[in-house]
Amino acid sequence: MNPLSMLLWVAFPYAAAAVFIVGHIWRYRYDKFGWTTRSSQTYENRLLRWGSPMFHFGILCVLVGHAVGLLIPQEWLFAIGINETMYHIGATVLGTAAAVFTLVGLVILIYRRRTVGPVFLATTRMDKVMYVFLGATLFFGTLATFSYQLFGTGYNYRETISPWVRSIILFQPQPELMAQAPLFFQIHALCATALFLLWPFTRLVHVFSAPVQYLFRPYIVYRSRDEHRSGTRATRRGWDPVAAPNPQRLRRP
Amino acid sequence: MKVMAQMSMVMNLDKCIGCHTCSVTCKQAWTNRTGVEYVWFNNVETRPGVGYPRTYEDQEKWGGGWVRTKRGRLKLRSGGRLNKLAHIFSNPNLPGVHDYYEPWTYDYDMLLNTPAGEQTPVARPKSLLTGQDMKISWSANWDDDLGGSVETMQDDPILKKMSEQVHAEFEQAFMFYLPRICEHCLNPSCVASCPSGAMYKRVEDGIVLVDQDKCRGWRMCVSGCPYKKVYFNHKTGKAEKCTLCYPRIEVGLPTVCSETCVGRLRYLGLVLYDVDRVAEAASVENEHELLDAQRDVILDPFDPEVIEAAARDGIPSDWIEAAQNSPIYKLIKQYRVALPLHPEYRTMPMVWYIPPLSPVVDVITGSGNDGEDARNLFAAIEKLRIPIEYLAELFTAGDTKPVDASLRKLAAMRSYMRGINLEEGRDESIAQTVGMTGTEIEEMYRLLAIAKYNDRYVIPAAHAETARELDELACSLDYEGGPGMGGPNRFGTSSGHPVPVAVENFHALANRQTSDRSAVTGRVNLLNWDGNGSTDGLFPPDAHGEVDGEHLEGEHLDADPRGGGGVGDHGPGDENRGG
Repeated sequence: MNPLSMLLWVAFPYAAAAVFIVGHIWRYRYDKFGWTTRSSQTYENRLLRWGSPMFHFGILCVLVGHAVGLLIPQEWLFAIGINETMYHIGATVLGTAAAVFTLVGLVILIYRRRTVGPVFLATTRMDKVMYVFLGATLFFGTLATFSYQLFGTGYNYRETISPWVRSIILFQPQPELMAQAPLFFQIHALCATALFLLWPFTRLVHVFSAPVQYLFRPYIVYRSRDEHRSGTRATRRGWDPVAAPNPQRLRRP
Repeated sequence: MKVMAQMSMVMNLDKCIGCHTCSVTCKQAWTNRTGVEYVWFNNVETRPGVGYPRTYEDQEKWGGGWVRTKRGRLKLRSGGRLNKLAHIFSNPNLPGVHDYYEPWTYDYDMLLNTPAGEQTPVARPKSLLTGQDMKISWSANWDDDLGGSVETMQDDPILKKMSEQVHAEFEQAFMFYLPRICEHCLNPSCVASCPSGAMYKRVEDGIVLVDQDKCRGWRMCVSGCPYKKVYFNHKTGKAEKCTLCYPRIEVGLPTVCSETCVGRLRYLGLVLYDVDRVAEAASVENEHELLDAQRDVILDPFDPEVIEAAARDGIPSDWIEAAQNSPIYKLIKQYRVALPLHPEYRTMPMVWYIPPLSPVVDVITGSGNDGEDARNLFAAIEKLRIPIEYLAELFTAGDTKPVDASLRKLAAMRSYMRGINLEEGRDESIAQTVGMTGTEIEEMYRLLAIAKYNDRYVIPAAHAETARELDELACSLDYEGGPGMGGPNRFGTSSGHPVPVAVENFHALANRQTSDRSAVTGRVNLLNWDGNGSTDGLFPPDAHGEVDGEHLEGEHLDADPRGGGGVGDHGPGDENRGG
C-alpha cells in the first residue's frame, strides 16, 4: 500500500465526509438566512425553462443510478435474477441518457449565467468554484461512461469502485480496490470528493431542503407569534441598502 | 366553532386622491433595500389600468388563487402538491422582474462631480439589475391617472371581460384609484403554495408572514398569490411581503400606510371569525355567493355565545372589546358598505374597500344637475351600468347588486347629511330607501367623514409576556461575522448573522465623513459633518498649516474666499448649533 493511495482513497474521502457533515451542521446554525436555492428565475426564464429541469431531473436520475450501482452489492442483484449483462445494458443506457440530459442542462445554465447580465452579477465567487468542480465531476463521469461502457468493452466497477465506496462507509477502508480502477474513474471520484468537501459552503445546500414534507402537511400553516420568539437567537435583519451594480463586472478582465 | 381574531383593513376609495404617500412611506420603511428595489408592498393603481405587476388579475395567465373542483373541493389553480413539486425547478407561472418593471437609479454623481463646462451635466438612468444605461419604459404606476392608457388600457383584465362599447365609453367616463397591500387572507393560497412551510398565518392576529429563516426560495408563493403581493428578493433569494407593519400593530400603532395616508381613508381593526367555517365558505359553488359566505364567517362580537367561545379559544378580553369597537366590523357587517377585492379568487381577502361614489357624482354635476340630490344619485346609479359593472368585477365577482347597494347607501348618506347641513331637517325617507335609519346614517357619516385617529384605528396591543429581544440589547462587538471574523456575506448577499444596528450606523457615519470626494477644491459639504470638531475646508488653515477645531474659538474667523459660499458669514458657534 503506497502512501499516495492511502492519502487519495482513505484520508481525503474521510476528511471530505467530516467537513461535509460538520460543515452542514455549522452552516445550518450559522446561516439559516443564507440557506436558499438563490433562484435567478426572475431575471431570465427563456433559457432556464429548459436548462434547469433538464439539469435537475437529469442529476436526480444520476443520483439514483449511483445509489444502485455503488451501494447495492452485485451479488444481491444476481440473487433477484439481474445478471451482469442485464445490469450493464440497463446502467449504460439509462446512465448515458441521464448524463446527456444533465450535461446539456448544465451547459445551458452556465451559458445563461455568463451571458445574462443580472444573472452573472448575482453569481458569487463560491458559485464559480462550485461550477468548476461540479462540471469536472460530471465531465469525467460522463467521459468514463462513454469511453468504457458505451464505446469500450465495459468496465465492471461493481467489483472495485463499489466495494471501495462501501468499505469507506463501513469504516473498513480498502484503498487498493480504488487504486486499480481506470484513470477516468479515479479523477471522477476525486472531483466528486472535492465537491462534497465544498458542498456545505455553496448553494448546493439547497439539496437538503427538498420539500418532501409539503406532500403531507395541511395547506394552511398557522403559527403563534410567541413560538418563533422562544429561541435564543437574536432577532435578525439581513439587508443591504440599494446600490447600482458595477457594470464593469460584466466584462471579462 | 373556533374563534380567531383577524387584523383587517378597510379603505374608503372615495377619498383616495392617488397621491402615493402610502406607497412612498411604505417603501421607505420596508423595501428600500437591494434585491427589492422593484417591490412595493403598498402600491396605488389607477383603474381602469393594467395594475402592478402588469395584468396580475388575469388568472388564466398567472394561475393564482383557488378554484373549486367538480366535487366541491378547493384546489390551487396552478396545481396541487405533486404538480408544484414537479415544477419546482422552473415555475411556469412566475412573473419575471420585467413584468413588474426594471428598477433603476440615476447617476447622481455626474451632477456633483462633472467639471465646469458648456453643457449642463445630466444624471442618466442606470439599471439596478445590470448597472448599465437603460431606457425607462415601465414602472409600478406607469399608467398613473390614465397616462398612456390608450396604449395599455385594453390590457386591463377587467375591461377585457366587458364588451367593446363599454370599453370605449368607460375611457371617457370613469377613473379611480385602488391602493393595494397584502390581503392577509383567511384562506391564503400563498401559504398553501409554499413547499417549505415557511409562510404562515399568525394565530393571534391573522397576519400572513414569511419566515426568512425557513424560506428556501422555491418561488411558489409568488405565483400562488392571485394579488401578486408576495415578492421575490432577487438578492437574498427569499420571498418577502407586506407584514401589515406587525411591529407597529403589536404595540397598538397603525401601519405606516395608514398612519401617513393624507386622505385618512384607511381603517384598521379586528374582526372575530370562525376558522372552522372558512374552507366551507371559500368553496361555495356560486361565485356571487362568496361575498355573503365571507360575511357569515365573520362573527358578531356582541353575541354572548361568540364572546364565550372567544374566551375559551384564548382571545384576551381586551381583544374582544377591541373587536366590538372595530370600525371594520361596522363597515363590513353593520353598514355593509365595504366589499372585498376579487372574492372569486376564493382566498377570503381581509382588506376591504368602500367603492367610490364620486365618479357617479361627477357625471351628474358634469351634466348640470344637483349631484347631492338623492333622487338624482339613485337614478344615476341605476343608469350608470358601466362603472358599476366594472366595480362589480373588482369587488363582487361580477354581481352588481352589492355594489349597487353600497353606492346607494353612500348616496343616501350624502343627501341626508346635506339636508341636515342646510337645516332642511332629517329626511327619514332617504334613510329608509336604503334600509337604514337616520341615526345609523349619521353614525356611518361620523365614521366615514370625521372619525378621529382612535376611531379609525382600533388596535389592541399584543400580549407579550416577555419583552421582545431588541437588537440593541443583544449588541456587542463579538457577534458572529463581526470585526475579526471575516465579515458577513460569505454565501452571497445578506447571508450570515445580521450586523447590529449600532455597528452599522457607526460604519455608515464613518463612511459618510471620509469617503465623499470633492471634485471642486474648497467645496464644503456640511451634510457630511457630524458637528464634532470642524470639517475640512470650512476654515482656512491656521499659521501652523493645520485645521483644528480648538483653534477656532478666537481669531481665524475670516473664511476662505474660494470655498463654501455663504459659510464665511457665520461664526463657528452658528455652525455648531446647526450640527
